[in-house]
Amino acid sequence: MAWFKKERPEKLGSEAPSKKVKIPEGLWVKCDNCKEIIYRKEVEKNFKVCPKCDYHFRISASERLPFLVDEGSFLEVEDGLSPKDFLNFKDYKDKLKSSRKKTGLKDAVISGEARIGGHPVQIVVMDFNFMGGSMGSVVGEKITRAVERAIEKKTPFIAVAASGGARMQEGILSLMQMAKTSAATARLADAGLPYISILTDPTFGGVTASFAMLGDLIIAEPKTLIGFAGPRVIEQTIKQQLPAGFQRAEFLLEHGMIDMIVSRKDMHGTLAKVLEFFSNA
Amino acid sequence: MAQEYLEFEKPIAELEKKIEELTLFTSSGNIDLEEEILKLHKKSDQLRAEIYSRLSPWQKAQISRHPNRPYTLDYIEAILTDFIEMHGDRAFADDPAIVCGMAKLEGMPVVVIGHQKGRTTKEKIFRNFGMPNPEGYRKALRIMRFAERFNKPLITFIDTPGAYPGLGAEERGQGESIARNLAVMSQLKVPVLTVVIGEGGSGGALALGVADRILMLEHSTYSVISPEGCAAILWNNGSKANEAAELLKITAQDLFQLKVADEVVEEPIGGAHRDPRRAAELLKEAISRNLAEIRNIALPDLIQQRYEKVRRLGMFDEL
Ligand SMILES: [Zn+2]
Repeated sequence: MAWFKKERPEKLGSEAPSKKVKIPEGLWVKCDNCKEIIYRKEVEKNFKVCPKCDYHFRISASERLPFLVDEGSFLEVEDGLSPKDFLNFKDYKDKLKSSRKKTGLKDAVISGEARIGGHPVQIVVMDFNFMGGSMGSVVGEKITRAVERAIEKKTPFIAVAASGGARMQEGILSLMQMAKTSAATARLADAGLPYISILTDPTFGGVTASFAMLGDLIIAEPKTLIGFAGPRVIEQTIKQQLPAGFQRAEFLLEHGMIDMIVSRKDMHGTLAKVLEFFSNA
Repeated sequence: MAQEYLEFEKPIAELEKKIEELTLFTSSGNIDLEEEILKLHKKSDQLRAEIYSRLSPWQKAQISRHPNRPYTLDYIEAILTDFIEMHGDRAFADDPAIVCGMAKLEGMPVVVIGHQKGRTTKEKIFRNFGMPNPEGYRKALRIMRFAERFNKPLITFIDTPGAYPGLGAEERGQGESIARNLAVMSQLKVPVLTVVIGEGGSGGALALGVADRILMLEHSTYSVISPEGCAAILWNNGSKANEAAELLKITAQDLFQLKVADEVVEEPIGGAHRDPRRAAELLKEAISRNLAEIRNIALPDLIQQRYEKVRRLGMFDEL
């Protein structure tokens, strides 16, 4: 199946090189979780999931897209937006430059339309490799535009989060992207359209505290770290060790914060089934 | 309440101590130092005006957290009447880090919500230093919907270091509780006015701050991250908060420029903590005027404008 291919989906822009993030080049890879040395091809055939321990490797947005949408259906909406160092913030320009080089992206999110199980959707996928998936003006704007597109075209909206939170380098305007994206999803709800939020490792801070937790349905990949405050900050604050499994997807499911945990290989099928539910009049 | 002085206020503190000494001396004895005292008073006023006219962002951050600064309940008492506090989120607990209730502004019923810090050590602990847990935000959410149900304007006061980073807070969905408020406030079918009275600490502050009008007191701050936290990330050194505050653009004046704040509300010379009564008078005027304006806008337009207001925020290049 074409999903296993490493190439970017054809309709993605051609400016970006193919990228592998946590899995280095070579025949063998070491699992971040169980530390087993695994045959690389086996991992790739398995949706970038460790066949030994089911660890879901962190993957880029363009690697993820083919796992989510119908083959060849993704059409990127570029928006023509790029970030601006309007505060003249220390090292921001350099960080943007190196992130651009590393990922081939202009900012930490890919936006577009696609079909899943034949159902048209607007979809955004965040990329943690671009400055930790942090949300600044461009990320907020692209997500908001995608939601507005969904309202205009009367399609469901799907957001895949992977983020350390709001982007410090754009100061208060990054914080305001939380309000902006949340307000947009509120309008989507008002329009009676479904929003499916998918949380991937890691999802934190201002992204958790805005659009990512507002889905009509919230799905997480197994073992995904999800939280508002980072575990180190919490540990320093409460001066005690955190329990095992704290802030993992399984922990959130147990505490009633998400609807379900779905393996990467089952995500497309699950989404298709959910969208089928919404498509019936 | 004992006056506390920040580092850069020390010269003022010294003058005031001298005035106090001379006053004591005069009242106890033979020499009349009235003229001398008057002169010193003048000098100290001048000094204060001077210091407060050229505050650095970091100094402003310190004033926004000044231990003598008026808090939400102080402003409620000074500006509103007939306050009836409401408690609890109806699901888990009552969070004293947020206070809510009904009140009247010049006879007009309003609903009020605000972060609340404590003054004494005991109060500080009780109020969790103004850092809410999810139940605080959910109490606020309940009261927002209460305002909507009874068609009363909503006033919110922002003054928090941030949402509490605790184990229980995560278990109970701190992120969701903030996100929900952002979404609900953006569509709330009543006029909403927010005032940043002290410290606007990130998402925990924003959770009460999606509004038709956002006012900031002259020496209040609002930031995506605390200057200390930012310095720790940039230089691995929290004590460089001074420089971080400069970079982040956190002052009321900066936020007015960035179009996040609609108005900067003047404080008395020397800050709200020097003259809380006057600070409340100035704020009351600003609240009444702004509320009258937004109450005049038809509801559908108001909600559309509120969306557009937040929709516009962000700076980027576009091809
Ligand atoms: Zn493994």
